[in-house]
Amino acid sequence: MGTYITFPELLLWFPLVTGLIVFFIKEQKNVKAWALFSSLITLVISVVSLCYSDNTKYFSYNYVSYEWLKYIGSNFAVGLDGMGHMLTFLTALSFPIIFAATYKKDYKNANAFFGLMLLSQAGLMGVFVAIDALVFYFFWELALIPVYFLCSRWGGEKRIQATWKFFIYTFVSSLLMLVGIIYVYLQTGPTQFSDHSFSIQAFYTSIISSKDQNWLFWLFFIAFAVKMPVFPFHTWQPDTYEQSPAPVTMVLSGIMVKMGVFAVIRWVLPIFPTAVLKFDNIVIGLSVAGMIYASCIAMVQNDLKRLVAYSSIAHIGLMSAAIFTANTTGMQGVMIQMLNHGINIIALWIVVDIIEKHTGVRKISELGGLALHTPLLAIFFVVIALANIALPLTNAFIGEFAMFTGLYEYNAWYAALAGISIILSAVYTLNMVQKVFYGEDNILTKVVSQVTAKQKIVLTLIVIFIFVLGVYPKPVFDLTNDTVTAVLSRFAK
Amino acid sequence: MSAIILSAIWGVVMMFGGVFFKKASVPKYWAIAGLIIILAANILEFLGWKFFNIDTKGMLRFDNFGLHFNTVAFFCTLIYFLLNGRDIEKVGKHVSEYFALIFFVLCGVAIASSFKSLLMLFLGIEIMSIPLYILTGSDKPNLKSNEASLKYFLMGAFSTGIMLMGIAFLYGGNSAGSFNIDMMRLGYGYLPDMIAVGLVLLVVSMSFKVSAAPFHFWAPDVYDGAPTVFTSFMATIVKVAGFIAFIRLFQSSFGTMQSQWQMLIVIITAATLLIGNLTAVFQQSVKRMLAYSSIAQAGFMLLALFALNDTAKEGLILYSAAYSLATIGLFAILVRMKDYTIEGFNGLGKTQPVLALTATIFLLSLTGIPLTAGFTAKFYMLLAAVKNGHQFWLVILAVLCAAISAYYYFKVIQAMYFKEPAEDTGHQMDVPPSFKWLLIFTAAIIIILGIVPGLVIDWLYY
Repeated sequence: MGTYITFPELLLWFPLVTGLIVFFIKEQKNVKAWALFSSLITLVISVVSLCYSDNTKYFSYNYVSYEWLKYIGSNFAVGLDGMGHMLTFLTALSFPIIFAATYKKDYKNANAFFGLMLLSQAGLMGVFVAIDALVFYFFWELALIPVYFLCSRWGGEKRIQATWKFFIYTFVSSLLMLVGIIYVYLQTGPTQFSDHSFSIQAFYTSIISSKDQNWLFWLFFIAFAVKMPVFPFHTWQPDTYEQSPAPVTMVLSGIMVKMGVFAVIRWVLPIFPTAVLKFDNIVIGLSVAGMIYASCIAMVQNDLKRLVAYSSIAHIGLMSAAIFTANTTGMQGVMIQMLNHGINIIALWIVVDIIEKHTGVRKISELGGLALHTPLLAIFFVVIALANIALPLTNAFIGEFAMFTGLYEYNAWYAALAGISIILSAVYTLNMVQKVFYGEDNILTKVVSQVTAKQKIVLTLIVIFIFVLGVYPKPVFDLTNDTVTAVLSRFAK
Repeated sequence: MSAIILSAIWGVVMMFGGVFFKKASVPKYWAIAGLIIILAANILEFLGWKFFNIDTKGMLRFDNFGLHFNTVAFFCTLIYFLLNGRDIEKVGKHVSEYFALIFFVLCGVAIASSFKSLLMLFLGIEIMSIPLYILTGSDKPNLKSNEASLKYFLMGAFSTGIMLMGIAFLYGGNSAGSFNIDMMRLGYGYLPDMIAVGLVLLVVSMSFKVSAAPFHFWAPDVYDGAPTVFTSFMATIVKVAGFIAFIRLFQSSFGTMQSQWQMLIVIITAATLLIGNLTAVFQQSVKRMLAYSSIAQAGFMLLALFALNDTAKEGLILYSAAYSLATIGLFAILVRMKDYTIEGFNGLGKTQPVLALTATIFLLSLTGIPLTAGFTAKFYMLLAAVKNGHQFWLVILAVLCAAISAYYYFKVIQAMYFKEPAEDTGHQMDVPPSFKWLLIFTAAIIIILGIVPGLVIDWLYY
């Protein structure tokens, strides 16, 4: 506000500028140090901005807008509400974690790798702070491009096909959303210079007939459903997660996925309330079906990465179901779960990555007895796995419990069906823990050495985080309360 | 006015200069100097400083739209000269004639962008086309070039005839008995038969000129056969000038009864989008792929003719700039490649990082990824088309086609970055630093236009 630079801008520009600088650094060592350092600074900025957050004023603070495309009514407007605060914090927190946990890895053209990573961070930040539909679309696509290059360049064997599938899915759906954005834009009221406006306020107050809402809803929702991914738009996900380099997989599953959840809450629920109430059954049905489907597939996976990928689909399914219940409990559950799932899944990937790096395999059948050699890693992994199943005392319990309550309030049958997937999730997760860490050790697992100091610190911090939020989730509820209230006020239920 | 006169004069100067220029490298500098003068004169005219005051009896009117487009077109030509100057020298012996012909084309562009009389439209389009027939055939020992030239000439002459016929029908059919597109006043009523015939004939000939389906068959062969440097010019500046001419015509004379003929444009647009994109997918040669991609991009520009509102006009100018710059840049890189197939680009990211990076930006722009001019241009087109309010499915089709286009553009990006270079080639090519800087400059303009498209568009409101 006023003359000084605001937090949303800082969160956006800082990774962007540092990312561009990284491209010009030559030494691999310096590149890594610079990337880690810059992501830590971003984290500090984010924490400071959290301290200044004001959960009583939805969007009326921390809001800035510059003239951009004046004559068509789009301003470069960025701002933070509770949900934005939380997700920018998650983004800012994840990157140092990812950089630190994979610090030992060497890359060809490290400067390009870390430059693109930081650019993707900037893109993600942009998505979370944008409060102008066109700016949002800009960043929505921009977050995709660096990831496309990261996966295709540094990924596994089948990287090109896998990433290509991912790219086409998201690109097509985003373009359809663009058409939707333009259509909604033409229903908005005039501004000083133009007939219509792209600002979020204009979108929220636009009058869209329920007939138009019906198809616009799908144009928007499919774009977001692909990113989440919701069944049946998920087929890109396991391949891409499997083929991407570990840090990128973490970004994809930890944060990118939240872009979809976030976008539904910000750009679908308040703009198309009538259509949401009309199609909630379909979406929840798809989500629950996807949960059970993904859990079943996860049970028979032999590849660690694919197993985690499918378990992620199941968790996201619950989130998308809870969003569409459109009640306070469910929504609050989604909010806290976005943060928790982000941290937990990154932790899971870190452990999987350590295992793969030390043993060279990801096949569950070829592993075993790791706990004999790395008891510390086993402890970390068990805690994280329990958080993944949402056991009480862990952070995910609160979120999943709230989401289940919301789903139950909506329709008990859905809640019961979704409950099956929780049981299944316990089955496959514990099965994985047992087979990988316990049982007989073999030639592969005997050579495993201890984890690095940086990884220890990171995993310890994550475990602390899991327990703290598991016991005391109130700050997150308080933070996101304004968004939940504002969004749900659009539903006259 | 300045642009028309100066480019005609400069064309003659270049032509006779051929006698006096001893070295083959001299005409290039004369051409660049001349173009800068023309560009400056055009900008000054835009700002209100007129050097020539000739009464054209209302046959030409130099409004903001036309002058603004001229600036864009001349600027792109300047970039084209700077990037390709040395390659034009290599085409054949008559270097200064090539430049002279290009100046004549520019003269035609300036007429076509400011006509008010149908006669001037005809003249402009013809002045644009005839030098191109010669340029296409300029690689005389090459049979493909000769074939392309003949094909282009026959097709072009045929479409010219059709256009003339259409103009005659329009002239005979309008009650004011005028060639002036503003005076015809066709009104809001039912389209009279004579006018309708004239309209259809004009649409057909326009489709020929801008290579819209189903009249696009000449384009791939001609673009492929012509020397690559001239393909670059033909497929960009000349093509967009055609669009500018036709949007002027359709908006002024038939704008009021759009609902009666819109379906015609809808069908042409849909066909062009589908044929251009689907065929480009299967091309192995990058040059041919770009030829089909230029048809596909024409499909997107046709959305402006479909929408026919102010947003469409703004968008068309932006699209001209975005499309021309990216395509000219890509062709400039392509000219220097030994192998025109997609495999020829394998590993370019390692051997020629600057070329690969800029080519990537050009390709991303053609695909329409945000942060590039291509996105804002496509966005304006979609905005205009949705604003029009009819035939919403066409917009969805356009968007899906844009997604298809990602496939063939990204194939080149994938080749450059994710594949290993063939060991024997190693991309040994002649790339002076000035060329690299120019490419970077062009890519920078594309990115700047992607962030602040207002730089181009807002001038329309000047």
